[in-house]
Amino acid sequence: MTDIAATVQPRFALSLGRVGQLLALGVLFLIAFVVLQGNGTLPHKDDSQVFLTLNGVRDWVDANRSTNPVFVYVLGPIRAAIDGLDGIVTSLLSQASWIGLLAVAGALALAFVSWRTALLVIGSLLAIGLLGLWTETLQTLVLIANSVALSLLIGIPLGILAGRNDRFLAFITPILDFMQIMPTFAYLAPLTLIFLIGPASAVIATLIYAMPPAIRITSLGIRGVPVQTVEAAESLGATDGQVLRKVQLPIARRTIGLAVNQTIMMALSIIVIAALINAPGLGESIIVAIEKLKFGAAVTAGIAIVLLAMVLDRITASASGAGLPAVIAIGPLRVPRRTLRIIALAIAVVGLLGGALASAGSSFPAAWHVSIAKPLDDAVRWVELTFAGLTDALKNGVSAGLLDPIQTVLTTSPWWLVIAAAAGIAAIVNSTRAAVVVAVALVLIVLLQVWEHAMQTLTMVIVSVVLTMAIGIVLGVWAARNRVVSAVLRPINDAAQTLPSFVYLLPALALFGPTRFTAILAAVIYSVPAVVRLVEDGVRGVSPTVIEAATAAGASRLQMIRKVQLPMARRSLLVATNQGVVLVLAMVVLGGLVGAQALGFDVVSGFSQRNFFGRGVAAAIGIVLLGVMLDRITQGTGQRRSVRGVVGRLGVGLNSNRASREA
Amino acid sequence: MTTVAAPPATRPAGKGSPAAGGPTISVRGLWKVFGPAEQRLTRRAGSAAPSADQIEAAVRDHGGTVAVGDVSFDVRPGEVFVVMGLSGSGKSTLVRCLTRLIEPTFGEIDLDGENIRKASQERLRELRRRRFSMVFQNFGLLPHRRVLENIAFGLELRGESKATRLTRADEMLGLVGLDGMAERYPDELSGGQQQRVGLARALAGDPEVMLLDEPFSALDPLIRRDMQNEVIRLHHDLRKTMVFITHDLAEALKLGDHVMIMRAGKIVQIGRPEELVARPADEYVEDFVRDIPKSHVLTLRWVMRPANANDPVDGPVFPVDTIIRMVIHAAAATDKPIRVIEDGQLVGVVDRAHILETVAGQGNDAEVGPPT
Ligand SMILES: Nc1ncnc2c1ncn2[C@@H]1O[C@H](COP(=O)(O)OP(=O)(O)OP(=O)(O)O)[C@@H](O)[C@H]1O
Ligand SMILES: [Mg+2]
Repeated sequence: MTDIAATVQPRFALSLGRVGQLLALGVLFLIAFVVLQGNGTLPHKDDSQVFLTLNGVRDWVDANRSTNPVFVYVLGPIRAAIDGLDGIVTSLLSQASWIGLLAVAGALALAFVSWRTALLVIGSLLAIGLLGLWTETLQTLVLIANSVALSLLIGIPLGILAGRNDRFLAFITPILDFMQIMPTFAYLAPLTLIFLIGPASAVIATLIYAMPPAIRITSLGIRGVPVQTVEAAESLGATDGQVLRKVQLPIARRTIGLAVNQTIMMALSIIVIAALINAPGLGESIIVAIEKLKFGAAVTAGIAIVLLAMVLDRITASASGAGLPAVIAIGPLRVPRRTLRIIALAIAVVGLLGGALASAGSSFPAAWHVSIAKPLDDAVRWVELTFAGLTDALKNGVSAGLLDPIQTVLTTSPWWLVIAAAAGIAAIVNSTRAAVVVAVALVLIVLLQVWEHAMQTLTMVIVSVVLTMAIGIVLGVWAARNRVVSAVLRPINDAAQTLPSFVYLLPALALFGPTRFTAILAAVIYSVPAVVRLVEDGVRGVSPTVIEAATAAGASRLQMIRKVQLPMARRSLLVATNQGVVLVLAMVVLGGLVGAQALGFDVVSGFSQRNFFGRGVAAAIGIVLLGVMLDRITQGTGQRRSVRGVVGRLGVGLNSNRASREA
Repeated sequence: MTTVAAPPATRPAGKGSPAAGGPTISVRGLWKVFGPAEQRLTRRAGSAAPSADQIEAAVRDHGGTVAVGDVSFDVRPGEVFVVMGLSGSGKSTLVRCLTRLIEPTFGEIDLDGENIRKASQERLRELRRRRFSMVFQNFGLLPHRRVLENIAFGLELRGESKATRLTRADEMLGLVGLDGMAERYPDELSGGQQQRVGLARALAGDPEVMLLDEPFSALDPLIRRDMQNEVIRLHHDLRKTMVFITHDLAEALKLGDHVMIMRAGKIVQIGRPEELVARPADEYVEDFVRDIPKSHVLTLRWVMRPANANDPVDGPVFPVDTIIRMVIHAAAATDKPIRVIEDGQLVGVVDRAHILETVAGQGNDAEVGPPT
């Protein structure tokens, strides 16, 4: 205990020194700002040279698509293969009527999970049908099936390799990190340029996002196999292949099942973004509804997505099949699992045949549709009217009090002053090397000629992060110190983290209409759960003997939080800030869909209007650079701790599961 | 049989009757260095071993640990060779080097005269599958397989048919006393039962040599004693050569034909159990054997004196390898010296007083003489 106290003391002192340095930097920056305001600004121009050049690249690609060998022999065939797969799966699913699909889904849940889950699954799918979104759901299912299949086909072997080979793990980890901090938005435009708009681009975009967790979790699973067991197998003369097939894979089966589950959830969470490149389905329904500000329709589609997510999650969560009881009790009945599986198979077959005979290829009967859009719209209108005063006050307060001043400072300072300040912060909280990376990233943003929009996006990020951290730390500390609060917050956090990100846009949109404040609110709601979880875990992790010692020394409750628990949980706070920043950025950018201007909107319009292609690509790269910069500044000193919870529920839907930093 | 080893007469092979054809395992100048120093050394030296000083210097300069340092010994066919030493003395590393589960840094290892350092991976696997098997302290069972499948695992690896391997596994199950547990999973067994599975798995392949790395240290004293007796029985019935690692001197003395004591990777002493007790090579070994009652370990050979012409010729007669404890009754019943014979010849006598002294002294000061 004494040595713990000894190591805490100087570290805390060090961070006080840093706070002083940061304050000094802030004062210097403000003085320089007052003196230099208006000089060296970089106002946005829609016809800047970079954008035009990028448009030129697009024109060149369009012109050479059918002749250039790279396109003809490599990219073209990839695209054709994925499009073909898409066609096959689509026609398979539409061959089976809705009755057949219900039967198959129910049978899977019955055979591999429980009869209760089977009922839940059938109920959820029926509800989707009743909401009138059956066709869209099938389209979404096709996209998910294809991208998940490809993600696993590539991801699991790579994960196995990374699990068995330290060098490969070291090689692939930074690549996975990069794939995960890169906002999905950023690679859509280049993808459509290469693979055109359509299933191939959507599948590959989803794959880039959903594959990293598959690789990471598989690798963790393989690495989790006890060395003694592997050694015992080797001592019996097992070959490498035998060790893999008979020891590592079977023991890691559960974890790999989790990888499958996570990959599906990740894929689901970006279908709305995939819809931006014309992937049909529920995502498209949401985009269209949002564009037309039809709140009710958007929420209906959102509900369908959440139901679909639940169905897929429940069926695959125990897909590994391990640890299932051999005999299942259904009420007073005791049924052996094997019998249950046969029953399930029968249900599936009868459902498929019956469905095909009764209504071959037909969709869910339209006569049964129930629309909830109208009452929802009415309710929203009522809320808008009733609370207009409150919401407007909040919106205007934050805008005038936080957003506008920060944005003014960032956009009217000389660009080099902003870069110097950012690099200074990175140098103080992190290292000189981080400062160099930050400076380079910002200079590249200048060169891309997206400076002003980047600063606007940065403003929203800063405000969102400040709010997120304030709320997250308060709730996290509270939950760590109070059992009841923790018990209430945990399930909410877990549920919140399984929801696809854009779901958070909807309530914010309903309350505040299309403004940048909506994006900020959505970003805060989206990121707070992860921060709360990390802060709570960190504060809880403080050794009880230290707490005891501090209590014995007469610390008050506030002193305990400020002087013991927060400083000692500093590591977790740094990780929480880092995660918070990455999540916030992803959401703020997505806010481009709901009226937040700046880089996110540039990217969105890049897809829809040919002229803005160049601006969209530049903005996308700008987003990546902003991400790198923010990540570097908030990485903090010392090694980043791996977020172990990722293998549990934490990682779901997160944009940045930095699992397995250990090796 | 409770606390004392099998009586000398039942001790097989190792004692005095080495089979023709050389040792089963022969280790010469074995080194294992962990850490950065290892690569430096092997890169510089190729295969020829540098001197001990050079190796120590490399470890000092570049960092690393000498887990095994210049170890040489022979294990003869059919004997139980015990390796002892404190934690971290390199026992596990040494035994893993024997079949190259850990790649040795320098030195030669011959298994039945075959140079193992030069064997291909394929050849190594063949040896591990058929001739050498290991039992681990932490069992290393496969959690996803039932007991029977665990036992059959080695046979499965070498491609036996399912029927063959399950029949064989079933036999092994009976041999280690686990009848009726075939369908359980490892986590449904007690530690002792799990270790029996480990033992059965090693036995299933009918290996010539078994390497046991502290197989019983996770077990409680009662089960441990059962398992020791089990090993003695198996050794007796099946005549396996065994290399047996333990922390526990009583275990070493009970099981071992020869005992090797290691400290910090080096050999301190190799000898028969009674040699260690009677003549510890240094204080380290002496510390080990301090609490061992000598009368439970030493044989008459260690306490007899040459016979005089005027010694009575009608005292009780015992073979030279009888443990002292076994003659206490006889000695108490007579006041004549005990006559010690070897191969039917009188080789010495032991005075009654001397026996009682040895028993009473419990090994501290009782004088013991050299064996003939
Ligand atoms: N993989 C490894 N890398 C580095 N050092 C190792 C490694 N394995 C063992 N060592 C070191 O080698 C030395 C011998 O270890 P070993 O496991 O052989 O000891 P041991 O005698 O079996 O100890 P115990 O009785 O505790 O099992 C120790 O100092 C240990 O720290
Ligand atoms: Mg050991």
